[in-house]
Amino acid sequence: MAEANGTQITFLEAIRQAMFEEMERDPAVVLLGEDVGVYGGAFKTSEGLLERFGWERVIDTPISESAIIGAACGMSYAGLRPIAELQFIDFIVCAFNQITNFVAKGHYLWNAPAPMVMRGPSGGGVHGGPFHSANPEMYFVHTPGLKVIYPSTPYDAKGLLKAAVRDNNPVLFFEHKFLYRRIRGEVPAEDYTVPIGKATVRREGQHLTIISYAAMMHTSLEAADALAKEGIEAEVIDLRTLLPLDEETILQSVRKTNRCLVVHEDTKTGGIAGEIAAILCEKAFGDLDGPLMRVTALDTPVPYAPPLEEYFLPNAKKVFDAAKELARY
Amino acid sequence: MKKELTRQQYLDLYYYMRLNRAVEDTMVKLFRQNKIVGGLYSSLGQEAISVGTAYALEKKDWLAPMIRNIGALLVKGVPPRDVFMQHMAKYDSPTKGKDGTSHFGDLEKLHIVSPISMLGDLIPVMTGVAMAGRYLGQNIVTMTWIGDGGSSTGVFHEGLNFAATQKAPFVLILENNLWAYSTPVKRQVPLENLADRAKAYGISSYIVDGNDVVAVYSTAREAVERARAGEGPILIEAKSFRRLGHAQHDPAEYVPKEMRAYWEGRDPIALYEKFLMGERLLDTKGKKDVDEKIETLLAAEREFAENSPMPPPEFAETGVYCTGDECHKIRPKWERPISEVTPPKSSVKPVWTVEGFGSGKSAASTAIHFGDTKAALETETSDTDATTKTNGSKRAAKSPAKNSAKAGAASRATRKVKR
Repeated sequence: MAEANGTQITFLEAIRQAMFEEMERDPAVVLLGEDVGVYGGAFKTSEGLLERFGWERVIDTPISESAIIGAACGMSYAGLRPIAELQFIDFIVCAFNQITNFVAKGHYLWNAPAPMVMRGPSGGGVHGGPFHSANPEMYFVHTPGLKVIYPSTPYDAKGLLKAAVRDNNPVLFFEHKFLYRRIRGEVPAEDYTVPIGKATVRREGQHLTIISYAAMMHTSLEAADALAKEGIEAEVIDLRTLLPLDEETILQSVRKTNRCLVVHEDTKTGGIAGEIAAILCEKAFGDLDGPLMRVTALDTPVPYAPPLEEYFLPNAKKVFDAAKELARY
Repeated sequence: MKKELTRQQYLDLYYYMRLNRAVEDTMVKLFRQNKIVGGLYSSLGQEAISVGTAYALEKKDWLAPMIRNIGALLVKGVPPRDVFMQHMAKYDSPTKGKDGTSHFGDLEKLHIVSPISMLGDLIPVMTGVAMAGRYLGQNIVTMTWIGDGGSSTGVFHEGLNFAATQKAPFVLILENNLWAYSTPVKRQVPLENLADRAKAYGISSYIVDGNDVVAVYSTAREAVERARAGEGPILIEAKSFRRLGHAQHDPAEYVPKEMRAYWEGRDPIALYEKFLMGERLLDTKGKKDVDEKIETLLAAEREFAENSPMPPPEFAETGVYCTGDECHKIRPKWERPISEVTPPKSSVKPVWTVEGFGSGKSAASTAIHFGDTKAALETETSDTDATTKTNGSKRAAKSPAKNSAKAGAASRATRKVKR
C-alpha cells in the first residue's frame, strides 16, 4: 500500500521500475527487443537496464518480431522469465502466429507453460498515425492461453507488470503511450504486486456503471466528474485485466446501478464492450434498466491528422452525452 | 561410407533406423484399421536424417522435431508407445489426446520441444533455448529440422538471422526431400543447394547425402561440436527424397515414377545394411536379432497403446492456463556463478563502439517517441495542482538506474491519480 513513504512517479517510470526491480530480484529475468539496450528503448522504458544488468540480460535484437517472441518462448522453456518488448505494440501482429499458435497453446497441449511477458506501447492520441497508435488487445483476448493486461495508473502498471513477470503463463502487457509521462501517481517504496484478473472500482456511484480501462479510464473519470455536477453519480470500473475478465466486479456494480456504459479506445466491432454486453445479457438481464451502451473509437484505422484522430477517438464529451442518455432510462 | 565410428555406434544407428521404420510401418497398419484418428505423415526413406542427426546430440542437448522426425524422438528416448498413442489420440499419450502426431515434448527430462504445424516457428524458439542454455552456463546445443518447403517461411529467416547475430549454439537440419506437398523444390526456391541460404546470415553450412547415415551422423557431430564451441549456428542441408505422399491420403502421383524408382534404389536402410555386412559389423544372425528385438518391443508398445482409453470429453476444458506452481516445474538450472550476471559484475558501459571511430552513448533524453515534447508536458502540468513546473520526468526517469528503484526522487506531480 502506498502511504506516507510512497513516491509520485510517471506511468513510464512505474514500468521501468517494475522491470528494474524484477531483474534485480531474479537473475532469470531478461529483457529483449529492438533498441532496448544502449538506447534504452524508443520510449526510454528500459533506460539504465543495460548499464546495470549487462549485455546478456538486456538484448538488442534485429527487427524480427517473430524471432523476438519465439526466442523469448524458448528461453522460458529453459527456466528463464523473459520480457519481450515490442517497440510499438502495433508490430505485435508481425508475431501473431508465434504468439497465438505457439506460445498460447503450449500449456494446454503439452504442459509447457511459457512464463513470459510481451509488452509495448499502445494506443492513440499522440498523432502516431495508423501504424503507431493501435489497440490490438482484442486479437489476443480471443486467444485462450494468454493473459492480457492494460493498466491505467502507475501503481497498477508497476504492480501488474511485476505480477506478469512472476506469472507462469504468457502475459501481454499493453502500455498506453498517452499515459507514459502525462500520468503520475503514487507507488509504495516496498515490493508489491497487483493481482492479474481483478478489476477495481475507481469511483463509486449509484446511477450508472461506466466500465473502461487504460487511457479511457481517465476520460471516463473526467466525464464522471462532469456528470456529478448534474447530479448523476457514475460508478467507474477500471478493468485493468481484459483476459481473464473480472466478471464478478462488473456484475456486482451493474446489479447495483442497473445501467452500463462501456468506454474503450479500441474500435467498436469486436471490442470488449460486445463481450461485456453478452455477459450482462446472460447473467444480469433482469437487472438492466436500459440498453448496454458503448463509446468507442470508430470502426476505421487510426487516422493521422489531429482533427481526424480527435474525431476518431472517444472523449469525455462523448462519454458524458452517452451517460446522460443512459441515465434517463 | 567411411569407417570411423565405434562398433556400438554403428549398431545403434542401424537399430534406430530400423526402429524408426518399424514404428511407422506399424502406424500404417493402425491407420488402415482406422485406429489413427487424424493424418499420418511418413519419413520413409528419410530415416537416416532423423536418426543420424539426433544421434549426434548429447543427453543434455535439446531438440525439437518436425513432423517427419519420429526417428529423432526415438533416439532421444521417447518410447514407441507415446508415438502410437499420440496418433491414436489416447489419454495416456503425452498430450492426453489434445494433439496428435509428433506434436509433443518433454521439457524436463528429455529436453524435447513440441513442434507446431506452422513451419519455421521452432527456429527462433530453439534459438531462445540455446541462448538460455548459454546464459545459464549449461554448454548445450539445440537442434531442429526444417524442410525445403519450410525454408521459405518468414520466420525461418527471422530465426536464423537472429541465431546468427547471437551466435547461438544451434544446429538447423534442412531436410531437402524435394517436394513440399505437391510442389517440387525448383518451384519453391531458385537455388541448387538450399545450404546456400546460410550465406545470407554469415553462418557455416554443410551439404550431406541424407541417405547415408554415417555421413549424416559425422556431419552433424562436427556441426554440434562447432556450435558447442561457440562458432554460432550451423545449417546442414541433407539431400533426400520423400518416398510417400504428403500424408497417407496423398498418393503423390505428381511425382514422376522414374524419380521414385531412383530413390527407392537408394533406400538408406538397405544401403547401410550392405555397408555393415561388408564391414562385418552385422551378419544375418545380428540382423535377425534386431528384427526380433523390434518385433517384441513394438508388439508390447502397440498393445499398451491400443488399450489406453480415449480422454474423457470434459478433459477438453482443462489446462488452458498453468495455475499454481505444480504446473510449472522448470527452474533455471545454473551451471555458472549467478554473480556473473548480477550487479556489480553484470554492469557495463551502455555504449556502441564502432571500430576506428570510438564510442557513442545514448543520452538520457526527455523526448520520447511521439507526443512527449516539452510543450506537451507543459500543457499537461498547467491544469494540475503541481507547485513546481520543472521537468520532473527527466529526474524520475533517471533515478532508479543509479540509486535503485526505491530511491525517492522528488515528486513533481503533473496529474495525480488514485490507485
